[in-house]
Amino acid sequence: MGAVSTMRAEKTETGDDVLVRVEGLRKWFPILGGVFQRTVGYIYAVEDATFNIKNAETLALVGESGSGKTTVGLMLAKLEHPTAGKIFYRNRDVGKLSSSETRWYRKRVQMVFQDPYASLNPRMLIKDTIIEVMKVHRVGGPNYYDRAVELMTRVGLSEEHLYRYPHELSGGQRQRAVLARALCVNPEFIILDEPTASLDVSVQAQVLDLLKSLQDEFRYTYLLITHNLAVVRYISDRTVVMYRGIWVESSPTRELFGRAEHPYTQALLSSVPIPEPRSNVEKQLLKGEPPNPTERVKACPFADRCPYVMPVCNEKTPPVTQINDSHQVRCWLTVKK
Amino acid sequence: MVLSRILEVADLKVEFRTYRGVVKALNGVSFNVDKGEVFGLAGETGSGKSVTGLAIQRLLPGNAVIVEGRIVFDGRDLLSLKEDEMNKIRGKEITAVFQDPHTYLNPVFTMREQFRDILLTNDREIASIKDKREIEKAVHDRIIQMLTEVQMPAPERVIKMYPHELSGGMKQRMMLAMAFSLRPKLIIADEPTTALDVTIQAQVLELMKSLQKKYGTSVILITHDLGVIAETCSRIGVMYAGRIVETGTVDSVYSEPLHPYTQGLMRALPRADKDLKVESIGGSVPDLVDLPTGCPFHPRCSRAMEICRKINPRTLNIDGRIVECHLYDGETSRGRVA
Ligand SMILES: Nc1ncnc2c1ncn2[C@@H]1O[C@H](COP(=O)(O)OP(=O)(O)OP(=O)(O)O)[C@@H](O)[C@H]1O
Ligand SMILES: Nc1ncnc2c1ncn2[C@@H]1O[C@H](COP(=O)(O)OP(=O)(O)OP(=O)(O)O)[C@@H](O)[C@H]1O
Ligand code: SF4
Ligand SMILES: [Mg+2]
Ligand SMILES: [Mg+2]
Repeated sequence: MGAVSTMRAEKTETGDDVLVRVEGLRKWFPILGGVFQRTVGYIYAVEDATFNIKNAETLALVGESGSGKTTVGLMLAKLEHPTAGKIFYRNRDVGKLSSSETRWYRKRVQMVFQDPYASLNPRMLIKDTIIEVMKVHRVGGPNYYDRAVELMTRVGLSEEHLYRYPHELSGGQRQRAVLARALCVNPEFIILDEPTASLDVSVQAQVLDLLKSLQDEFRYTYLLITHNLAVVRYISDRTVVMYRGIWVESSPTRELFGRAEHPYTQALLSSVPIPEPRSNVEKQLLKGEPPNPTERVKACPFADRCPYVMPVCNEKTPPVTQINDSHQVRCWLTVKK
Repeated sequence: MVLSRILEVADLKVEFRTYRGVVKALNGVSFNVDKGEVFGLAGETGSGKSVTGLAIQRLLPGNAVIVEGRIVFDGRDLLSLKEDEMNKIRGKEITAVFQDPHTYLNPVFTMREQFRDILLTNDREIASIKDKREIEKAVHDRIIQMLTEVQMPAPERVIKMYPHELSGGMKQRMMLAMAFSLRPKLIIADEPTTALDVTIQAQVLELMKSLQKKYGTSVILITHDLGVIAETCSRIGVMYAGRIVETGTVDSVYSEPLHPYTQGLMRALPRADKDLKVESIGGSVPDLVDLPTGCPFHPRCSRAMEICRKINPRTLNIDGRIVECHLYDGETSRGRVA
């Protein structure tokens, strides 16, 4: 373990072991209208995403539906082009990669989507899907088949499963196959978008444990996108909370669940139904409706639902408050303290 | 029959005819719901929760056959009613709330038009009004009153909207308003909050609980989320492969699950409120076309005994807890029943 981590630390040129750095990432989707299909407005999907991901850690990105989590993932996977902001991978500006560097990047960075059906061709055997990906990325040859078998074992399936169609696998097996497909190009960084949302609880645990053990063994770095806070607590090291496309709190996961600072994070944590009788002693119920993504946030994104809202919250964007070295929050309440 | 009981389902068996063969979706489901209680129906995908809910409303699709069983609602045997008699119960005495309101709401009509339809066809009071203008006024007042009760923001504006203009949370509020507007005796809510964010889910569940209490309505809450059941229901039934393998009060089942499947589910659940090692249940759910003999859970059960592979466990009552497992059956587990 120790030996491996020193090797990796040397590889990351930065010295501080940061693999991915995201600064002020923004994505506005234009809304086209009129006869000339001109831009008549924007969907402000991501307004400001800023975070670091360290080597071999799991960073969780949480927030409600429409808060921009998937869009951040897509930009990191270079499947969407940022409107503003920067992504650095191993200290290299991802926006400025040459075409050969981009090919390299696309191998290093893989994205696994929520719906395993969407990532597997329903008319292809698992074997052919995996081998095709290897051929496209020119990895694993000439013994593609052997490598496919090795990957299946790695994700806890067997050679026999290579000869199945996606619909012939159970939900958990299908999610493992999708993972094998992502791993076949030897990535370092894997973006997992709701990796267990389609699974039953009895199977979810298997997949979570698999993700953990793969990380221990191969030192993968994960960005875990999810709205399931129990999953976040179970597998992530650090968490970034987003609201209306803006990061509002960033903290080691353990600390976040112990002392969340942002009112939205607090409401989120207290809304999770706990599977224990009489656990619902005091819920902090949020009022109001989820926000409209076509309206640009001017001050605090949470101001219209926040139970502690003050006049300043509707006027200016709260600055970043450093709770400690690794815990930051953007809220006027913490500024005032 | 006990007076406080609104629904009794006994030994319900439902099959689907498919090209793969006969899907044995329900294999003897039995449970009761008391007046004014919220009963939670839990279980993983395909375990038969929705089919149970549909069977009670007699809304099963055409390829379904009710092979056996009894459903007694408020003293009436639903399975022996004629369709027109059932029509007087469905949508009036028994109403439904679904996970996806789109299966229920019509996209081309405004909320007002749809709500009005429901009231005109089902509400006796409104139907008894003679004057047309009076009817419209009664309908309007009732809609606004219900929307206010579900704390719908700006009800007068919302009634002019089409379903797609409502957020997920607003749609579920609308569904609750519609479901409660006819003062039903039983509401079947199938994953009503599964598609919602947790902060909105908490609002909707809170609302459902308060309406249910206010009107003394019985609710069957179908969900795969054991957290939702813990916070909403008084009793729970855990389904597996078309049977309810364990039933009891939420307090007793969560603090001491008896059935190995319930135990496994509780252990598989990561928790947002504490650090916990989770353990998955090995294997996968059985094929309902080709069910294993004996206990349907035996291929995945770590405590399975010889008898579990051969004989279906009996329904046992252990101090009010209903369990279907040989472990608790003194006679079978000692091999006396062959
Ligand atoms: N290609 C697109 N064109 C226009 N709008 C988009 C596009 N992709 C996403 N959006 C919008 O951007 C916002 C953020 O979407 P995104 O999918 O990133 O949210 P999310 O946090 O992943 O939500 P969920 O939890 O529901 O998956 C939403 O309002 C969404 O409708
Ligand atoms: N119309 C149908 N034809 C054939 N099989 C069906 C039909 N409807 C349901 N089934 C089968 O009956 C079984 C029980 O389904 P049901 O919808 O009740 O599950 P559920 O517990 O509600 O699951 P979920 O949590 O996924 O909603 C499943 O195996 C399902 O595939
Ligand atoms: S009857 Fe047997 S197989 Fe079934 S749950 Fe009980 S111990 Fe396990
Ligand atoms: Mg998403
Ligand atoms: Mg269902």
